Amino acid sequence: MKACSACGAADGVVDLTHIEGGEVRTRHLCAKCAAEKGIQTPAGLSDSPLGGLLAALGAEPPSFAAASQPAVHCPGCGGTLQDFRDSGRLGCAQCYVAFEEPLKELMRRLHGSTHHTGKAYQGPGIPQPVAAPEPTHRLKERLRQAIEAERFELAAQLRDQLKERGEWT
Amino acid sequence: MDLSLVPDGGLGWLHASGPQSHLVLSTRIRLARNLADFRFGTRMGATDRQAILDRVIEAAAGTGSLASAATFRIDELEDWDRRLLLERHLISRELADEDDRGRPRNARALLLQDKAAVMVNEEDHLRLQVLGSGVDFGANWGLVEAVDTELGQRLAFAFHPQFGYLTSCPTNVGTGLRASVLIHLPGLVLTKEINKTLHGLTKIGLTYRGLYGEGSEVVGNFFQLSNQTTLGKGEKELLEQLGAIVQHVIQVEERARQVLLRDAPAVLEDKVWRAYGLLRYARALDFEETMNLLSGVRLGVSLKLLENVGMYALNKLLVFTQPAHLVAEAGGLLSDDEMAVRRADLVRRTLEDEVRRGQGL
Ligand SMILES: [Zn+2]
Ligand SMILES: [Zn+2]
Repeated sequence: MKACSACGAADGVVDLTHIEGGEVRTRHLCAKCAAEKGIQTPAGLSDSPLGGLLAALGAEPPSFAAASQPAVHCPGCGGTLQDFRDSGRLGCAQCYVAFEEPLKELMRRLHGSTHHTGKAYQGPGIPQPVAAPEPTHRLKERLRQAIEAERFELAAQLRDQLKERGEWT
Repeated sequence: MDLSLVPDGGLGWLHASGPQSHLVLSTRIRLARNLADFRFGTRMGATDRQAILDRVIEAAAGTGSLASAATFRIDELEDWDRRLLLERHLISRELADEDDRGRPRNARALLLQDKAAVMVNEEDHLRLQVLGSGVDFGANWGLVEAVDTELGQRLAFAFHPQFGYLTSCPTNVGTGLRASVLIHLPGLVLTKEINKTLHGLTKIGLTYRGLYGEGSEVVGNFFQLSNQTTLGKGEKELLEQLGAIVQHVIQVEERARQVLLRDAPAVLEDKVWRAYGLLRYARALDFEETMNLLSGVRLGVSLKLLENVGMYALNKLLVFTQPAHLVAEAGGLLSDDEMAVRRADLVRRTLEDEVRRGQGL
């Protein structure tokens, strides 16, 4: 798990992407240190359990670097990640593809998993939004991180995915 | 509103015919589903809501599980009728919710056939649910799954190969499954073990709340226990896990009752008979008091300290002493005082009938 680069705390650490001296940099800070440095973190949602998770969510650039980067809009509903943070509700099915990475992080925190293993839907044949499969090198990198962070349940899932691709022996 | 369209008014669980129904009033399983080609509830307009309702009604007509369902348009009902459905736990607060102008949002509906129901245009486009008596995950799962399969063949659900069924709130994503039991835990409350027990449940992936659902106080020692996570485990696994935990809670509740019987039998008996006495003879009862007294009587019946009262009568009283049910029975609005008198009246008559029934009269 990432630690806050200012105080070393492991809880509630967010990635803050910002521009420093013409370079894009990412720093890991806990919410407290971020506040001390005058960096705005999402507010107003921490009252509800979901809100607390949303606030602590490993933030992708849109909310933290809003000033320097345009926010990503979901192609299906036009919603942004900030809209989701504000309401706690997603706008449409495609939001799950548009905001895949931050949502996966949230799912890990909420459910301890990012993989549905229940009923497999056999629809009437209308195309569903499909996510592009995660590249193998990223899976391997995440597996390495998961083992480092002693998140064995996640590590086992990643290993299974690699096995399926014949990338694990 | 014509509830006679539904044979038992959606109250089949009152008969207390399910397993362990002296402790567990009902088991509910619900599945959250959305249509792939519409925005989710919070970002959807009135036209879309109507279109969704039209599609759902058309699809339901072609199924076996919902072909003869009665359809209630929640947005066209009077306030008290909406409250009545809420009191029967047939619709959620969210579905009965009003917009800024104090009107229910358009095209909200409940389809109801026997134990199966579908809420349309809730937070998710569809909430399929089955409500049955006692602890019964197997049969209820079979029913709700049949509804899901039949509707899913006729409507394109939003489904993602990795994330499963997509929902408006990520807390429901994956299976979209929320199963809950309504359980009576007076033994744990009286022995002051309840907080420890409930706290333990939250550590193993369960949530609990009071009889009146989200954010409300616990009344009458009735608790609703449900699964917290919906993703990463299959439906059967989620249900088996919840089932095992419910059995554990039943065990600790039974143990607490045995402790009370052993260590404080006189106190317990007095409590039970006082509750019965008040319910049998009081001339005005407020709602919360009634729930708490019914809890005492239920405990007494369960422990065989009291005879001449059946679980069916007690279940019926839990539902029919609620405000909207009293208003419906009276056929007009009631003041709080009138309501208290009518409530006491209903309770007294019901308990008298039970005595006569017990004597074979
Ligand atoms: Zn820090
Ligand atoms: Zn969207």
